[in-house]
Amino acid sequence: MDSAISERRPAGEREPSGAGRRELTATADNGLKIVVVGGFGVGKTTLVRSVSEIRPLNTEETMTQAGKGIDETGGLEGLSGKTSTTVAFDFGRITLDARNVLYLFGAPGQERFWFLWDRLFSGTLGAVVLVDTRRLEDSWYAIDRLEHHGTPFIVARNDFGGPSPTTEQLREALDLDPGVPLVDCDARSRQSSKDVLITLVEHLKTLYVAQLNAPQENAQ
Amino acid sequence: MSVSRPGRDDSPDRLYTLTGGRSRSAPDAPFDLVTLIVAESGPQPGMQSEHAAILRMCELPTAVVEIAADLGLPVSITRILLSDLLDAGRISARHPRSGPTHSLPDSELLEQVLVGLRNL
Repeated sequence: MDSAISERRPAGEREPSGAGRRELTATADNGLKIVVVGGFGVGKTTLVRSVSEIRPLNTEETMTQAGKGIDETGGLEGLSGKTSTTVAFDFGRITLDARNVLYLFGAPGQERFWFLWDRLFSGTLGAVVLVDTRRLEDSWYAIDRLEHHGTPFIVARNDFGGPSPTTEQLREALDLDPGVPLVDCDARSRQSSKDVLITLVEHLKTLYVAQLNAPQENAQ
Repeated sequence: MSVSRPGRDDSPDRLYTLTGGRSRSAPDAPFDLVTLIVAESGPQPGMQSEHAAILRMCELPTAVVEIAADLGLPVSITRILLSDLLDAGRISARHPRSGPTHSLPDSELLEQVLVGLRNL
């Protein structure tokens, strides 16, 4: 996999300075975001690693008592001044072309994470809800929140082997809107993970066309 | 992850000493997670070490979130450090073209993303 990555480095670019760090080209000027949301152990990091050109990195965001929640948003319900919210997330990177760089974020679906959604993931292209059919309840909240934020998303069922509900049963269990694509994937496979991302972006194109044809409607 | 990461275990108080007590960046410098930062000058002697580290890692465009991960600092703290450097003219920021809105990106951009993904 590394050899495929190094081919993308244009001749004459500086070698990576630190272990595992790979640099973008000087022309890169547009960062894009896609978020992979799912419960613990569902394979978010695995999917990110499958398609990322860098080893996935980890970082975090904190909202402390001195944070922006109080004075900038006029007080968030449920977040008292003394609450400290910390969310860790993984990310990887895909250089799309000379200018566009796609960052893939693996984000936990738990409740406190959503307090930070606007701060971290506003302007995101869309989201992939990664589902483990043995723990569907982990996905309900994520789907609910994405709908609430108006973020376009698709659902990808990560194949863990064993019996699994039919697509129809799964759609029903997740109460999925008929317009939301549901695909099967193997997060360990680069091709499969790539297909998931392509399905999401094609879905975004469909939504874009629908929006053009219905200008009165709010953006999904 | 063998090295202790300052963002994770230290008290928030320590983190805010890095930023002179400030808890948020100036509202006119909204760094997105994927805003690409480029150093406009090299580190200077006597410069705060985090500032110098940022300038070193941004010789080529580097996203805010990568800087935060490399420094081992929360994104919010990293944003404040970047504001300092931007105010001092030591970095430039390439903000995402698709703004922080809920509207969909244009079809041309989506097409570029698709082409890039299919070429992976």
